[in-house]
Amino acid sequence: MKTFKIGGIHPAENKLSAASPIKVAELPKVAVFPLGQHIGAPAKAIVQKGDKVKVGQMIAEANGFVSAHIFSSVSGTVLKVDKAIDASGYNKPAIYITVEGDEWLDSIDRTTQLVRLEDKPELTDKDIIEKVKNAGIVGMGGACFPCHVKLSPPPGTKPEWVIINAAECEPYLTADHRLMLEHADEILVGVTLLMKAVNVSKGFIAIESNKADAIKIMQEKASAYKNIEIIKLKTKYPQGGEKQLIDAVVGRQVPAPPALPVSVGAIIQNVGTAYAVYEAVMKNKPLIERIVTVTGKSLENPSNFLTRLGTPMSQLIDACGGLPEDTGKIIGGGPMMGKALLSTDIPICKGSSGVLIMNEKEASRIEPTNCIRCGKCVDACPMGLEPYLLSDCSELQLWERSEKEDVISCIECGSCQYTCPANRPLLDYIRLGKNTVMGIIRSRNTK
Amino acid sequence: MNKLKLSLSPHIHGGDSVRKNMFGVCIALIPALICSFIYFGLGAIAVTSVSVASCVFFEWAINKYMLKNPKSTITDGSAILTGLLLAFNMPSNLPLWIVVIGALFAIGVVKMTFGGLGCNLFNPALAARAFLLISFPVQMTDWPIVGQTFTTIDGVSGATPLAIMKAAIKSKNADMLSDLPDAWNLLIGDTSKFLFNDGPLGGGCLGEVCALAILIGLIYMLVRKIITWHIPVSILLSVSVFTGALHLINPMYADPISHILSGGLMLGAVFMATDYVTSPMTKKGQIIYGIAIGLLTVVIRTWGAYPEGMSFAILIMNAFTPLINNYCKPKRFGEVVK
Amino acid sequence: MIEVILITVSVLGTIGLIAALVLFITAKFFTVKEDPRIAQVNELLPGANCGGCGFPGCSGMAVACVKAADEGSLGDLKCPAGGNECMQKIAALLGVEAKEQATRVAVVRCNGTCENRPHVIKYDGAMNCRIAHSTCQGETLCQYGCLGCGDCVNACSFGAIKINNETGLPEVDYDKCGGCGSCAKSCPRNIIEIRLVDKDKTGMVVECVNNDKGAAAKKACSSACIGCSKCVQVCGSDAITVENNLAYIDAEKCTLCRACEEACPSASIRMIGQPRKTIIKKNNVAPAKKAENDTNTAKEVKTTNIRPYPSPIKISFDAPLLPSQQYMLAGVIDLTPLAQSTVSDNQSQSKAHNYDAPLLPSQQILLGK
Repeated sequence: MKTFKIGGIHPAENKLSAASPIKVAELPKVAVFPLGQHIGAPAKAIVQKGDKVKVGQMIAEANGFVSAHIFSSVSGTVLKVDKAIDASGYNKPAIYITVEGDEWLDSIDRTTQLVRLEDKPELTDKDIIEKVKNAGIVGMGGACFPCHVKLSPPPGTKPEWVIINAAECEPYLTADHRLMLEHADEILVGVTLLMKAVNVSKGFIAIESNKADAIKIMQEKASAYKNIEIIKLKTKYPQGGEKQLIDAVVGRQVPAPPALPVSVGAIIQNVGTAYAVYEAVMKNKPLIERIVTVTGKSLENPSNFLTRLGTPMSQLIDACGGLPEDTGKIIGGGPMMGKALLSTDIPICKGSSGVLIMNEKEASRIEPTNCIRCGKCVDACPMGLEPYLLSDCSELQLWERSEKEDVISCIECGSCQYTCPANRPLLDYIRLGKNTVMGIIRSRNTK
Repeated sequence: MNKLKLSLSPHIHGGDSVRKNMFGVCIALIPALICSFIYFGLGAIAVTSVSVASCVFFEWAINKYMLKNPKSTITDGSAILTGLLLAFNMPSNLPLWIVVIGALFAIGVVKMTFGGLGCNLFNPALAARAFLLISFPVQMTDWPIVGQTFTTIDGVSGATPLAIMKAAIKSKNADMLSDLPDAWNLLIGDTSKFLFNDGPLGGGCLGEVCALAILIGLIYMLVRKIITWHIPVSILLSVSVFTGALHLINPMYADPISHILSGGLMLGAVFMATDYVTSPMTKKGQIIYGIAIGLLTVVIRTWGAYPEGMSFAILIMNAFTPLINNYCKPKRFGEVVK
Repeated sequence: MIEVILITVSVLGTIGLIAALVLFITAKFFTVKEDPRIAQVNELLPGANCGGCGFPGCSGMAVACVKAADEGSLGDLKCPAGGNECMQKIAALLGVEAKEQATRVAVVRCNGTCENRPHVIKYDGAMNCRIAHSTCQGETLCQYGCLGCGDCVNACSFGAIKINNETGLPEVDYDKCGGCGSCAKSCPRNIIEIRLVDKDKTGMVVECVNNDKGAAAKKACSSACIGCSKCVQVCGSDAITVENNLAYIDAEKCTLCRACEEACPSASIRMIGQPRKTIIKKNNVAPAKKAENDTNTAKEVKTTNIRPYPSPIKISFDAPLLPSQQYMLAGVIDLTPLAQSTVSDNQSQSKAHNYDAPLLPSQQILLGK
């Protein structure tokens, strides 16, 4: 069983919805598409109020190379192009579409027939990347990095492996787990497509050991593909961190930023992305739906949904038995790295892997006390940093010292804050320090 | 519905707390505490209770009336722990007013002046012990022998193993070391002699008479993950290597086993040096810290004026902890060793 | 015995002599010549190292003062914290003329008290404005207003700014504030303005920085500036401009007539140092019904006293409100997103907004490359 070398924690897994099969969520009444639901420049709306759209029709186009198209996941009329509160907690531009019926574009193949790479021998690597780009696919793990950018490594680097991140190390989330159980074949074809796109001959699918059934199914199906290997990883957080995953699977460590994972020869894609790539390339279906885990201890019926993007979260929560009385926090994503949300009306975006409802008791942070200098954060840090020091430096605004202590290497996994006996908001301050130092470096580089 | 809460990630916490750690150490001290009660009887109980009570009282009073801090910090258990450790460093026949002075020094001077828990540079209990040792040398080195259950002061005092070692070095006579209790007795703290009434009984501080009880505490703390093995093991190893070398050169220096099992070395290595606040943060730093403490202890024990060097060695290394923290960085992820 | 004493004395004496010699040599050859006036000027400066003068700390300012004085005048050098008095003393010391400097103070441009701007969310993170700012728009629905975590309080070297627990907003003590600007720099939302005021430190301030359109702004805060331009109409000296749905008073043109204060329907204009105003809705009926109601009865102004004020403030709304204003004033606060609001247009997109919420880690790595 493989794992990364430094630090790590093991929070309670709480995979409440692991046994619940993927359900198809109902269509929303009004779908909302924030224009900035990926890393990079927000997309540019190309529809106007009153336009009629069909499922799969592009409604906003990428604004630059690091950006992604946005497609309508519903058919209906554009209600308005206005602002909506998104996961960032701010009002940002979004397209509202009133749903009328469910009319798909004819070009989309809606059959469930599996199409293998062998069935379409004419596909070249350029074709695949082009199709991925035209389908608006971004990293489905939560970071939402446009997929085609990752598949076009910068000159001077040579990818050697494609590593599929199926670790799902975040507690509570089960979307990737269910996807592997129910769509293993499609995922494997997706992996072959990704491998073809970057011209590598070896692919790994890395799964944490707590998903034994998924490992079994994937191993069975992968036996037909001789260059795809299933890797069993130790259940440990943050096993699914990009750098940790490369360390665990191939034993190479990505140097400090600005080095990219591809500098050690690895292309990392989430398992959901592999599935989306399969659908985009083989079925011509742009990224319009995704699997979302809706979970929480006080939720009546934690489930996994196949959801159209743009569906308000409240609708999914209602389908799970409604928002519990004692809700204290609503989190988009997992409890370690997800974002707390302002309300349940925020739409599902490309990167929404889960909606976690925490009850009041779980949600409250305990008041911090003095640092007792126990060093547990140093032990827990998977990047070999000293969180106590970085947090103090930020609090005292010692940015130069922060930079010297490699604050920009922080991956914001939250392990330090999770272990801190004094309940200090370590990551809050480290993130502040990291952002500030990043800004300082950027302005220095532009000078 | 209530107001939703909002904060940045992470949204869950491991549930570890300062209180859990502090009371965990207190629990680990219980075997040693029971041993000291058995060996020293009422005197030990009196010293321990006065020490704990006055530490807690001073912390509360200083917090409330001098720092004007509305939140009481005595519930985190650190004052209780300091009180216990302070008591462990004192002889059972110590006049109780000296105990109170020690507690005042530990809490008032060493801990609260720097800002309370987490900010102190030196281990409060050890600093207080050093202060008392210098201020009241007679009372602090008047070790009662074990087994005087009902006497508090005016008990019969006896030579500690360390005093025997020191005398052997001073007189350059290796034969004097034959008076040392054997390793088994040192480990379990004169129990057999105490039970079967054979041979002279040794003496010492409350906490240092039974090494076995301290080892039980160590195992408990390791299992509960309150501390890691790095500091105790590196201290014990460096002491045994260094004293072993000396013993081989000249047998008038006592053998490593006697050194490790006698005096406050065990207590220091397990409970004092591992104090979170005053020990280094990184594993590498902790090992350097442990080795340095071991060396200093042996140097003081062998060539210094005092028979016991553990407390001074730890205090000296406490002063070096910030420096160690500054230079011993953990290995960064992806760092290329040049 | 005497021998011992002699040896001791001679040894110590020699050591002393050697040390003295070393010190003498060091002092002689490594001395840095410094103008004695620099130290004197430094004495006169407040010594808070606030950086308001633009130099890194008071000693930097002292050097600059002496240098400028050697060239004939102090020029534009000024110590905002010490004020004119301090600069005049320095000028007298250096034998030059000091320019009379305009007085500036920090003003907090937010009237989002707990009553004006209900808190719908509980922020549970670290008490730091910049962290809170990166978490979300804040505890209220206003994404421009004060977060109340007190970064400005920590930034102030003079203890001139404090959070008022009742209102949740920082309040400036104008006796202590010299307008050095540390607080303004620390504010992630640019709420604090270092504002030109007259000698008594009075002036008119629009206490709002909300750029949203009326309805949205009003939804978040009953004291938000909705850009209704009523103040512009009543202003006799052309001092007020409305840009991005937000009024701004030009301090140089303002005559302190206080007409705008009277005219403002949301009580977001206030004279510096005067009591804060709170708009209270009398009855909280549904927005649709409310809009039909008589617009003048719905509100009342409550004042929170900070300094004794000669006459109680009365705000009357005699002018009939526009339909849109009626809607705005009647807005109730809830979490329903704009999805349900009936106001819509595409102009909002073209408006330039600066979101400086921090980027995600990978974003930064990429952009920082």
